[in-house]
Amino acid sequence: MSLSAKEKVIVKDFFAKVSSRSDEIGAEALARLIVVYPQTKSYFAHWKDLSPNGAPVRKHGITVMGGVYEAVSKIDDLAGGLLTLSELHAFVLRVDPVNFKILSHCIMVVLSMLFAEEFTPQIHVAVDKFLALLALALAEKYR
Amino acid sequence: MVQWTDFERATIQSVFEKMDYDDVGPAALSRCLVVYPWTQRYFGNFGNLYNAAAIQGNPMVAAHGKTVLHGLDRAVKNMDDIKATYAELSVLHSEKLHVDPDNFRLLADCLTIVVAARMGAAFTADVQGAFQKFLAVVVSSLGKQYH
Repeated sequence: MSLSAKEKVIVKDFFAKVSSRSDEIGAEALARLIVVYPQTKSYFAHWKDLSPNGAPVRKHGITVMGGVYEAVSKIDDLAGGLLTLSELHAFVLRVDPVNFKILSHCIMVVLSMLFAEEFTPQIHVAVDKFLALLALALAEKYR
Repeated sequence: MVQWTDFERATIQSVFEKMDYDDVGPAALSRCLVVYPWTQRYFGNFGNLYNAAAIQGNPMVAAHGKTVLHGLDRAVKNMDDIKATYAELSVLHSEKLHVDPDNFRLLADCLTIVVAARMGAAFTADVQGAFQKFLAVVVSSLGKQYH
């Protein structure tokens, strides 16, 4: 399942449109991840404050969303473009890839909440595919 | 048996009480058919499903979306024994309709996205948690009688 040229345009345009709220999207998505899927907190045991609206969670959500935007800019070669990030996730963070799917879902729930009119089914499918391919690229160096 | 907190019970009742079934049902099913096109395999006799616009305008999809959403009513009213409530429906989906149970999860995800859009900020993380837990129990119950 690869992105068609049209879908790449849809993804780039949509993320450009919502970029002014990207920090909010990232913070909210990560907050939902740890509330709705508490097992994900296991990756953040070293944080003093694991409250969904606390500073560490919100800051990290912003970081993660920055990564998503980096991926959008490298949409024509995700595996190559995200090599360094993949090495980070594979050798240092060792996040189980199942969590990429879960976070993608949380990101899309937030997009749907904040941009109800814009997040049409056509845009939803393109974004869903993009996030799935992003996850695959992140898992590239895992084994 | 599934344990529900008071918050979860109240949230599920409230979300479904406020829901516009005629809007959410068709929106969720049509979104599922667009986002996960392989789910169209079960609707060969629904006519034109050739593109997103056709799917979203298809009256049979809309009608079936309402049917499916109303199917959740029984679980909303019987939260303490959803498994038994859906035993018959599970057999139906397995023996007669031959629906891959993973599709229930896909539809549940689309329903979550649609409800999030309709509720906006009211769809807080805690509400999302309760809603997804409810749907997970429904999905599991619908898959229980498959063998």
